[in-house]
Amino acid sequence: MVVFKKPHALTDVPMHYCPGCTHGIIHRLVAEAIDELGIEGRTVGVASVGCSVMSYDYFNCDMVEAAHGRAPAVATGLKRSMPENIIFTYQGDGDLAAIGTAETVHAASRGENITVIFVNNAIYGMTGGQMAPTSLPGQITQTTPYGRDVTKQGYPVKVCELLSGLDGPTYLERVSVDTPQAVKKAKKAITKAFRNQVEGKGFSLVEVLSTCPTNWGLTPVESLKWCRENMIPYYPLGVYRDKGAEK
Amino acid sequence: MSEKVLMKGNEAIAEAAIRSGCRYYLGYPITPQTEIAAYMAKRMPKIGGTFLQAESEISAINMVYGVACSGKRCMTSSSSPGISLKCEGLSYLAACDLPSVIVNVQRGGPGLGGIQPSQSDYFQATKGSGHGDFRMIVLAPSSVQEMADLTSLAFDLADKHRMPSMILADGTIGQMMEPVELSDTMHETHYEKPWACTGTNLKREHNIINSLILKPEILEQLNIERYKKYEVVEKEEVRYEEFMMDDAEICIVAFGIASRVSKSAIVEARKQGIKVGLIRPITLWPFPSEPIKAAADKVKSFISVELSMGQLIYDVQLAEECRKPVYLCSRVGGMIVSPDYVLNKIVEVNNLGGEN
Amino acid sequence: MPNVIIDPNSCKGCGLCVSVCPKKIIKMSEDKINKKGMHYAVMTDSQKCIGCTFCALMCPDCVITITKDDEESDGHV
Repeated sequence: MVVFKKPHALTDVPMHYCPGCTHGIIHRLVAEAIDELGIEGRTVGVASVGCSVMSYDYFNCDMVEAAHGRAPAVATGLKRSMPENIIFTYQGDGDLAAIGTAETVHAASRGENITVIFVNNAIYGMTGGQMAPTSLPGQITQTTPYGRDVTKQGYPVKVCELLSGLDGPTYLERVSVDTPQAVKKAKKAITKAFRNQVEGKGFSLVEVLSTCPTNWGLTPVESLKWCRENMIPYYPLGVYRDKGAEK
Repeated sequence: MSEKVLMKGNEAIAEAAIRSGCRYYLGYPITPQTEIAAYMAKRMPKIGGTFLQAESEISAINMVYGVACSGKRCMTSSSSPGISLKCEGLSYLAACDLPSVIVNVQRGGPGLGGIQPSQSDYFQATKGSGHGDFRMIVLAPSSVQEMADLTSLAFDLADKHRMPSMILADGTIGQMMEPVELSDTMHETHYEKPWACTGTNLKREHNIINSLILKPEILEQLNIERYKKYEVVEKEEVRYEEFMMDDAEICIVAFGIASRVSKSAIVEARKQGIKVGLIRPITLWPFPSEPIKAAADKVKSFISVELSMGQLIYDVQLAEECRKPVYLCSRVGGMIVSPDYVLNKIVEVNNLGGEN
Repeated sequence: MPNVIIDPNSCKGCGLCVSVCPKKIIKMSEDKINKKGMHYAVMTDSQKCIGCTFCALMCPDCVITITKDDEESDGHV
């Protein structure tokens, strides 16, 4: 009996991510959720710009690539024109919380019945490690070589906290994938975010704290530790909004 | 069946879009085109369509991109500064070969400019509506009737050639009221869209709509293939009107509101015995180069009448291969050429007798 | 008995599986490299495997498949 295998909703295309990058884990969790809910045939994913841009090759469902930051607007168009389909976006921190802040906030505010998977690794990976909106105070990046100085570069954007100030969102949760236990929790949250859409409940966003060993300059295992020791304290895990549970 | 109604140009666009099977309008308010949004907001909910006021023009065009990916007919509209914001999306729509209709009811620019009519987005519409090599079909209505008819055509051409089409109108045509005959049978021709992302139903390989092509040899090939499609469009879709051109010695080239004013001026000039005619491009891209080239054999000179500092004039010169002088007659900033203003130019050009 | 199958050629050698194995029975190949040119994860003592799936849960590249003999199945997947 098979107890663990690659989900059907992932293609056989080898992912281009660097060794130990947790994008791969998050991709798998999304695919597992799609498999478990039996929605692959009616799901359309929206890839964003950044490291995960080529996720259109990795998911077996129909895939659309959006311009930088515009994935929630593209997803809105898809969902409004195909309400029976399941529409998700897969976005990184630069895409979702910098260049696409307006699209994110307003899709959430409208309560669009879509699922947003937000991967926060506190850095711009694709372009080679520049400051992200979510880079931590003091964090050294290519564009903050002396560390992020909050008096000059400002503070990180806490997306779940920001969106929880809106009435629109149905479900907001921040999870991590730094341990097997955390991965299991993340899986539950992602599945819930998709199930909410299936049940017509509205806007669901799961923020997943992720790693970037290459641009953090750490080994994959050290990266998990860095995430645990630096990111999780700044970005507390947990449920920020759950309208379903509030009822 | 059809009905004749009195409508604003902007409303005619909206109604024609609906009658052409468009059920998704995504927009953002900006003068002087907001009547389109208002009309859609009123009508769409009643016919099972979607009107959505986006948070920005950028978002609106990307919502259009999303709807277009599903294969459904969709539209957005804006005016000059808003179209600049949409240019990013236009490039992506073109790169992904997505049918869509974009309306630009132009106002004076650059920058925030004014809210009065203009044609100064000619370059933007026909040459530079975003980064990369691409074209849009650009239709230029000169009456409220054409606002309706060309909108309907824009949807068909977009679907037929899998590319964005633009209605390049101006504030005058958008705001003016005229009787317009609206056909009940403006309905869409059916186009198969096997490329659409509507879900695999687990019955086919997944569709991918994407413009990221990292291998230069493949990206080059895709560009070359897209330009082959553009060649077909240039062959099949050129539309223009000739007015009093049979014996013309001066040929005015003008589109939209400038062409209407020019017609009045031509009638007056003819009364004075000046043989002047008009070639009115209805499609700005593909541009009616052939009739202009042919006219160069007969006329002594051309006048480009436009509400811009000289944009259309370049295409006229290219089309007639600089064989005859082309004079510019223009007003800008929201000012419109009057019949007298154009007439004076005709007289002046006539007195030059075709000499530079 | 759980059976951990690691596809050597898909492995990028990140070592996340090694770091989370409670029995410390997954190691990186020391003298061999795969088609990607990476040292890859290998199961060293499958007898000790408790089938916790931690390795597979942490693998970013779906390299690991885990099966259990049917008679021992407790119905959970």
